[in-house]
Amino acid sequence: MSFPWAKPYEPTHPLMKWMDEKLPIPRLVYNATGPGYPVPRNLNYFWNFGVLAGAALMIQIITGIVLAMHYAANASVAFNSVEHIMRDVNAGWFIRYAHMNGASMFFIVVYLHIFRGLYYGSYKAPREMVWLLGVVIFLLMMATAFMGYVLPWGQMSFWGAQVITGFFSAIPIVGEPVREWLLGGFVPDNATLNRFFSLHYLLPFVILGVIILHIWALHIPGSSNPTGIEVKDEQDTVPFHPYYTAKDGFGVGVFLLIFVALTFFSPNTLGHADNYIPANSLSTPAHIVPEWYFLPFYAILKAFTFNFLWIDAKLWGVIAMFASIALLFFLPWLDSSPIKSSNYRPLYRIFFWILVADVLLLGWCGMQPAEQPWVILSQLGAIYYFAHFLVILPIVSRIERPLPMPNSITEAVLAKHATDVKSASATA
Amino acid sequence: MVRPLGFLVGLGFITALVLAIFTTPLSNEANVAHEFHKHPRHLKLASDGVVLPHWDKAQLQRGMQVYKEVCSACHSLHLVAFRDIADLGYSEGQIKTFAKGFQVPSINPDTGEPATRDGLPSDYFPSPYANEVAARAANNNALPPDLSLITKAREGGKDYIYSLLTGFQNPPANLPAELKPGTGLHYNPYFANLNLAMAPPLAPNQVTYADGTKATVDQMAKDVTAFLVWTAEPKLIKRIQVGYAVFFFLLIFTVLTYLSYRNIWADKKH
Repeated sequence: MSFPWAKPYEPTHPLMKWMDEKLPIPRLVYNATGPGYPVPRNLNYFWNFGVLAGAALMIQIITGIVLAMHYAANASVAFNSVEHIMRDVNAGWFIRYAHMNGASMFFIVVYLHIFRGLYYGSYKAPREMVWLLGVVIFLLMMATAFMGYVLPWGQMSFWGAQVITGFFSAIPIVGEPVREWLLGGFVPDNATLNRFFSLHYLLPFVILGVIILHIWALHIPGSSNPTGIEVKDEQDTVPFHPYYTAKDGFGVGVFLLIFVALTFFSPNTLGHADNYIPANSLSTPAHIVPEWYFLPFYAILKAFTFNFLWIDAKLWGVIAMFASIALLFFLPWLDSSPIKSSNYRPLYRIFFWILVADVLLLGWCGMQPAEQPWVILSQLGAIYYFAHFLVILPIVSRIERPLPMPNSITEAVLAKHATDVKSASATA
Repeated sequence: MVRPLGFLVGLGFITALVLAIFTTPLSNEANVAHEFHKHPRHLKLASDGVVLPHWDKAQLQRGMQVYKEVCSACHSLHLVAFRDIADLGYSEGQIKTFAKGFQVPSINPDTGEPATRDGLPSDYFPSPYANEVAARAANNNALPPDLSLITKAREGGKDYIYSLLTGFQNPPANLPAELKPGTGLHYNPYFANLNLAMAPPLAPNQVTYADGTKATVDQMAKDVTAFLVWTAEPKLIKRIQVGYAVFFFLLIFTVLTYLSYRNIWADKKH
């Protein structure tokens, strides 16, 4: 599962030799993230985000385990137990704010990771399985984050749970019973809080498992790179360690700086004030909004306001919202262009940047009340979102004429350095 | 197979959205309350920002006095314990005396009947009402919210609380009849629906400050808001201070990792 020139693992110390015979974990690590894993030499900083997502997950798991030692998943005390953590537990305020903002950092990093994949065609053969597992991780993350947001049992926790489980009641006939079954009652209550806590503790470890599969699937063809040209020989690659461990180390440093700035200096900016009000089933907040990382999908949900065919608007919204993520599973087959990197796809590149702007617009609209012009903007945004993946992309990948491409990664690197030297001497 | 099917599905969503656009009116329903609603005024406090914020202890002490003598008649503060006010610069003895001034619910050790006893530093600020029903009964069916987290639990935070406390006024002449305050309600343009059940709580010289500060409505509103910023997050200043240490430690770490990254890659073009 690697290139023939990959450095073989040869333990010299007797203990390591003994270990290698009994349980070759050092060998696994050596071949997966050590000198035994050759990686394209030309990866840019966008290739840091996989490792950063892993770091974010570890931070969430560690802070989460500590929080669970002090949190009480019971509707009558959950809110106060969070405040107990904030006020009375040693450094509890830090652990709680780190976990709260860690979720946001995890999503920022994963969104950049996903858009990296979209720009550089990382979802294409031979890496379709890596992409599919990535979408599974994304779905699991969304479920985990949603349930985590319910745990403090504030107003947004409660009403968010009410709205999101309400999606199921849009399904004809079975919808309402399914919703009641999921909640363990007619409205979110103690049963809901308990099962969400249980699942919120479980799912991160499921995510961890799927991440292992994601990395395993990645190591079979090896990492992609900004040119999209596959590795041809040894000079195209460098060993993961020390080259990319060093670069990822720097990436983790920058990530932690931003994380720390958010956690210590502005921990409530990305949250919602209403979640500092204890849950109250008799008082509905003026407008219910999910956490920022769900806003684009929330805007798609709200964009459907017309009963079309025999399906009512609410069900259209729910189907479209799920479809907006589910269509990512089909992306490797929707895009038939053999060119991976958008650097060589002049037409697709334009639509890619429109998509980025479109998702940001949808996110902004998702935050707004159901008033004009936000309704029409989210409708236009949703039209482009579906058109991009289901109409434009298949057509563009058929009619586009790619730019001339270098023959190998090394050639691309050397050409880039030649122009760098030329422009440097021109300015000198 | 995927592409034609995807195309049809995409067309379905797009048609539903296009029809939605044509059937949604482009003008909003007029919301008259919007025109009278005001954005909170900014309140500057010593604990603001990230550049060397600190607790203005004299102000927090004054704010606590306003809470105790005015707000606590209706509003609880159930997340704050008497021991916590050590942050405001009170000594252990002062806290004990302060706590003693409150009667907290208890049980008669001989009969088991409900009773009260003097407060201890480990007790929390007692609630003015026995329960929600009693609170509503005494307040024209409105429930005075607990104030412990109030500056974090409202959009606009401390600015909103300060503006609300100082924002009571006579309704403007052009206010439509349906927005005029009903019986037991009071006009305040900073409140979401313009009329709230709380009567203007502060009047000039309502409290007598020990430090001689003149007790204007504005001064009392500032002081009690500063106090409520502290009750909402007693660890705020510590958080910023620890943040500096962590940030600068990580900055050095990041510079070192950058240098080692450059060093390792020095011989490789990429």
